[in-house]
Amino acid sequence: MSHDSHAGAHAAHAEHHHPTGNQYAVIALILTVITVVEVWAYYIPALVASPMFNPALIVMSAAKFAIVVLFYMHLKFDSRLFRVIFTGSLIVAMCTIVALLFLFHKLSL
Amino acid sequence: MTAQTAAAHAQGHAHGHDAHDAHEHHHYTTTGLDNRKVAVWTFIGSECMLFASLISTYLIYKGKSVIGPFPHTEWTDPAGKVYKAILDIPVTSASTFVLLMSSFAMVLALQAVQLKGKPLAPTAGWWERLQRSSQFWLLATALLGTVFLGFQSYEFTSFVHEGLTIKTNLFGSTFFTLTGFHGAHVTVGVLWLMSLLWIDRSRGLAGKNDELLVDICALYWHFVDVVWIAIFTLIYLIK
Repeated sequence: MSHDSHAGAHAAHAEHHHPTGNQYAVIALILTVITVVEVWAYYIPALVASPMFNPALIVMSAAKFAIVVLFYMHLKFDSRLFRVIFTGSLIVAMCTIVALLFLFHKLSL
Repeated sequence: MTAQTAAAHAQGHAHGHDAHDAHEHHHYTTTGLDNRKVAVWTFIGSECMLFASLISTYLIYKGKSVIGPFPHTEWTDPAGKVYKAILDIPVTSASTFVLLMSSFAMVLALQAVQLKGKPLAPTAGWWERLQRSSQFWLLATALLGTVFLGFQSYEFTSFVHEGLTIKTNLFGSTFFTLTGFHGAHVTVGVLWLMSLLWIDRSRGLAGKNDELLVDICALYWHFVDVVWIAIFTLIYLIK
């Protein structure tokens, strides 16, 4: 019973910190603005020619990815076990991509 | 059966969902978490691996197609026919926006189910009232997902008409495989959403157990969205 109470209290605590509908709308607006900036940059030849273009796009994409995972998927507010499962898998997946790119000479040191 | 559970069952005759909530305690594990949610997060972790393999295949073969059409540059075939850069960024940007908004609708659908049974202030405006309609947000999410699939069908069809199929070159093979797998995931998500909408219309979605049903679907849907966020940048925007 105490275990159930603990789990219930944990759930109530997590729910308490979930964003409100208006905060979700602000997050959607932020995601839209980042997407608009990405597409706008794609049409500016001077920016595309810059060596910072690709890294900047990847940073913006990673920011959108993190925002959706943290706030819409509630990983920021949910159990630590879920964070471990997801980030662990994501790290392995990203390491796989990088290793394959090195293996096939798409990246080099 | 404990006294509290028995009491919950007695009340359940009057309030079906309360009894349902009492049952949900049986799903908890030693971690204090529902094992179905742990399973979904583990599934999402395995999906990361799947899409990582598809994305790395695309990146490894990027720029290695011997013949066109190409994604970002023009190509002239030996007969002198000119093929323009095949990716249509404005159309894909619109479909990306649609998928982002579907995630927004999905999170509001979950919130609407969580808020069921909680009192609404008499002064609440239309936005507060709309936030309580799980059927509206589930339908909106499914419709936006369907619009995204419509954009993808249009894109695939126009590519085939412009001479790019899955067999044309390395770009075609890796592009159609990656985006096709993603589209299949969106299709599964839309069917899942429609089934939740059907349940909501037939008996209503309320209580902790139903919240979990919507939460699991929402996790899958948001994952499909974040995969597209990566695809949009890596395939469409980076030249």
